[in-house]
Amino acid sequence: MIIDLKRFVEKERPFWQDLERALDRIQAGTLDLSDLKESRRVLGLFQRACSDLSRVGQANAEPELRTYLEMLVGRGYAEIHSAQTYVRRFRPVHWLLHTFPQTFRRQAWAFHLSSTLTLVGMIVGGLMLVLDVDGRRVALAPFQHVAMQTPSERVANEEKNYKENSHRVSEHSGTFSAQLMANNIGVSIKAMAFGLTWGIGTVLILFYNGVILGAVCLDYMLDGQTVFMLGWLLPHGSFEIPAILIGGQAGLVIARALIGWGTRDGIRTRLRLIVPDVATLIGGVAVMLVWAGIVEAFFSQYHEPVLPYWVKIIFGTTELITLAAFLLLCGRNDKSQPVSA
Amino acid sequence: MSAARNSTATLHISTPEGVVFSLPLAGPVTRAIGFFIDYAVIMAVQNALMFVITPLAIFMQDFGAAAGVLVQFMLTFGYAGFCELLFNGQTLGKRVMRIRVMDERGLRLRPSQVIVRNLVRIADMLPMAYAVGGLFCLFSRRCQRLGDFAAGTVVVREVKATAPDVEGVLGGKYNSFRAYPHLEARLRQKVSPDEAQLALAALVRREQLESEATIKLFELMATRFREKVKFPDEADFGLSDEQYVRNVVDSLYRKG
Repeated sequence: MIIDLKRFVEKERPFWQDLERALDRIQAGTLDLSDLKESRRVLGLFQRACSDLSRVGQANAEPELRTYLEMLVGRGYAEIHSAQTYVRRFRPVHWLLHTFPQTFRRQAWAFHLSSTLTLVGMIVGGLMLVLDVDGRRVALAPFQHVAMQTPSERVANEEKNYKENSHRVSEHSGTFSAQLMANNIGVSIKAMAFGLTWGIGTVLILFYNGVILGAVCLDYMLDGQTVFMLGWLLPHGSFEIPAILIGGQAGLVIARALIGWGTRDGIRTRLRLIVPDVATLIGGVAVMLVWAGIVEAFFSQYHEPVLPYWVKIIFGTTELITLAAFLLLCGRNDKSQPVSA
Repeated sequence: MSAARNSTATLHISTPEGVVFSLPLAGPVTRAIGFFIDYAVIMAVQNALMFVITPLAIFMQDFGAAAGVLVQFMLTFGYAGFCELLFNGQTLGKRVMRIRVMDERGLRLRPSQVIVRNLVRIADMLPMAYAVGGLFCLFSRRCQRLGDFAAGTVVVREVKATAPDVEGVLGGKYNSFRAYPHLEARLRQKVSPDEAQLALAALVRREQLESEATIKLFELMATRFREKVKFPDEADFGLSDEQYVRNVVDSLYRKG
């Protein structure tokens, strides 16, 4: 079939231009598709362009016209078929207080797995410390200031030179805080991204973090410095460690979608379904680690006699309980459907 | 809705309206050049900000150093995502290379997709110089790196999107073949849609062709059309090959 191309273009061009203008206005946010009259008009124009593309395709007409109509239909398709999802705008407070904890609970299985892997790592780290003299050096290799001296020596040093230490800490607390945020968010992003290695990378990161954490904790406990260790780690660790576990949770969610357990959906569908959850989890992790970075630099590094250990332990425990309550309880009464971000 | 890719790196999307449209995909080389431009932009912005921050560090050393660390981190992880969210799937490098990030189903890009595709970049960069991402992109059916695969996005080439000037080719010209409607009808019967499309495309694009190539092309086409239907000498008299092809196209695409 060869259509009368000249007459066809003359007749249809005003409708195409009208659709182009409507799409420009939608993209600029000046046309509201929730207005039924407007949405019907735009839909009518889009369907007309679809019909024109179909006719041009059958007629084997001029390729430039076909390309033009394909671009027009492509733009219209993106705007019209995505419109329903974007009725509600992103609300940061609602996202943090409702969407994030809801997502955390929806994917709780991955958090449990992430915690278990870290716990296994902690046990291995503890065993390395107890069973082998070199184990301490290997497990604490990333923390030279911890590995070079015994916990008792460090505590004695911190408490004896508290004035110098406090001055040194307060001089560089801003930089230290920024470095901690950047480093910890980077580790969490890695734990999430390496989920694409079918979870192998995520498992290794979680396990390795567990090994170090277990070795450090047991090192201080065996040396009789449990109170110092709690006062040192709890204030920032109560946010930092769960944040990294949630980063791992996001990675394991990706890994499960790749493997495809418990669903008949194709791999692309599985990934598409979990992308909003993964983005929400990693966004929440970033917020938590900003707080952890501030606490670690401005609070955790001050020890007795500047800051009594019981104050630090109570502060850290309160944070931990608040975080647990936030993740487990917030957004429970929210009946609205989750908005795909 | 379904999507697939043929050998010419094109994503075909069929809509619920029963129409198929195609999006040309960007290859690894185009994307790599876009990335290098973005990298240069990040370095330039970083240096410009450091230029502002460094004097601050003289008076507030700690604040200046902290700001430096945060600026570097945010630019590394945030630049591409921020630009893609704000500028409809384009960073500056992509804009220069005329490419754009899109949902692989042809829908609007979601913020969560932008976040995931840009954070997974850390895995694409392994072990060095984007080796994993580059190889994945090279062998992927949709030219996707790992981040695109995870987020369900593709990078498409932007093509010129204006309606062709068909009127300028077909409109307002005298056609000596119109006096012979029975021969025009035979011409429509004998000329295949592909031949008709080729002749129309040649006329629309004649300004883009070299002059020698234009003469040769229209000579070949006119000869082919003359073999299919023989018009009387008075209709053909004095017509150049290009005019002959123009008359044929007008007869084919005009009705009534």
